[in-house]
Amino acid sequence: MRKLILTTAALALTAGLAHAESHGMTVRMGTEGAYEPWNYINDKGEVDGFERELGDELCKRAELTCEWVTNDWDSIIPNLVSGNYDTIIAGMSITPERDEVIDFTQPYTPPDPSAYLAMSDDVDVAGAVIAAQTGTIQAAFVAEQGWTVVEFPTPEDTVAAVRSGEADAVLADKSYLAPIAEEDPDLVLLEREEMIGGGVGMGLRESDGELRAKFDAAIQSMKDDGSLNALIEKWEVASTF
Amino acid sequence: MFGFCSDPSQIDGLTWLACYLTTGKHMAFYGSFGTVLILLAVTAPVAMLFGFGGAAAARSRFLPLSLFGKGYTAIVRGVPDIAFFLFFVIALDQGFEYLRHKVKCPDWDAPIRQGNDFVVCAEAKLPLSTSPQWMHETYGFFLAVLTFAIVFGAFAANVLYGAMRAVPRGQIETAEAYGMTQRQAFWRILVPQMWIFALPGLGNLWMILVKATPLLFLLGVEDIVYWARDLGGTKLARFSDYPHGDWRIWYFLALLVFYLLLTWVSEKALARLTRRLSHGQATAAGEALRKAGA
Repeated sequence: MRKLILTTAALALTAGLAHAESHGMTVRMGTEGAYEPWNYINDKGEVDGFERELGDELCKRAELTCEWVTNDWDSIIPNLVSGNYDTIIAGMSITPERDEVIDFTQPYTPPDPSAYLAMSDDVDVAGAVIAAQTGTIQAAFVAEQGWTVVEFPTPEDTVAAVRSGEADAVLADKSYLAPIAEEDPDLVLLEREEMIGGGVGMGLRESDGELRAKFDAAIQSMKDDGSLNALIEKWEVASTF
Repeated sequence: MFGFCSDPSQIDGLTWLACYLTTGKHMAFYGSFGTVLILLAVTAPVAMLFGFGGAAAARSRFLPLSLFGKGYTAIVRGVPDIAFFLFFVIALDQGFEYLRHKVKCPDWDAPIRQGNDFVVCAEAKLPLSTSPQWMHETYGFFLAVLTFAIVFGAFAANVLYGAMRAVPRGQIETAEAYGMTQRQAFWRILVPQMWIFALPGLGNLWMILVKATPLLFLLGVEDIVYWARDLGGTKLARFSDYPHGDWRIWYFLALLVFYLLLTWVSEKALARLTRRLSHGQATAAGEALRKAGA
């Protein structure tokens, strides 16, 4: 076993050296791959979505070689700080709690309201059972209000809980819920929305100030030439700047 | 894959299904069955080695070694698997990188622990962040094998320890009376006879290991359960050429069949092995075999 690991290590080392010469800096982009339209795995089995397109463009502008990695939402921050990848680009809202552990670039989408999706439009959210994904701002929000929250590991599970009647409504980013409500006649968006979160940004290790500056500059340049707004509109992920 | 798949919205029925089941994502799903089988094939023997080492150490008359063996089985068996997979693997990975960092970048002066961050020099990264994705996946796979082997090795050690004690004392005494050293008695008398006592416990462990593979995704290795969940999830027409509702139940049914088949094959193999190992043993099954043969 130890021999196997050493061999792999040796392989990784030699191959890595050969690569390092030709490419320059490689940045590994960590995403969840289960949150349409932000990031998802397409029919070909590749990472796709708003953040794929955005990330590739940012890397081009910052002259970095980027590699996409998928990781479970639950362990997405621990794996970043231990160095398994270099950025989180997974529809992650900038919050003070997360900011204590990791650093964020400037937001690449403005703060947007979260919406409720339910089977009927007369659900009273204060007395209802609300589904939310574990570790999201929405789950924290519902818990703070003192309402009943049921947490699920993936976004898909939260919607399935509403369909099966396990929860009365799901609270999530409107951009995730809107396409579902559009295609499923049984589900509706409630009128009530919650203004939570401070916009979505890329997460980086606190010690990676240089990389953060590069991505910040790239995001700024996309904001300035309007290409970021165009991308937001194309994928309908948020309001524009 | 097929020529007629270029516009999936225009086809239906079996043709649609044929196209749907051959998308790149489905191919990755089929491939992950191989990943799981390889993982099992590699992990089982490695875990046995760990277990055998642990059991032999626990039996040792050299106190530190015996304490090590007993401590290993007691501690690892007491820690939940998920905790092991979340924290131990990260620690293991950081341990490797720390060693490489010390060797490769001796004149690096920044601290390795910076708040929550674990920072080593770029050359010490394992694998290097410039290496292709398959290298990272292979590395994750080997970390998984190692972690599984340590966890299941502890259980196997306990099973083997018990099995070693189950071999009748008279057998060892006889060996010693014939002038064998302790080492000879261990390898020639004890080890060949202990397996029949260990087999039921080891068989159970194997069955549990078979079902433990979804823990792989915590290491970034995409296993069959991950793909089944993703493929079965609702697909909207906006994001997929093959929109469908929540089909997870069908994918999980397919997994059920796979796991039942695997269990069935394992049961058969274990039954044959039990029969073979019972041969000539002073157990009820061994006695029955002897009578049938006579």
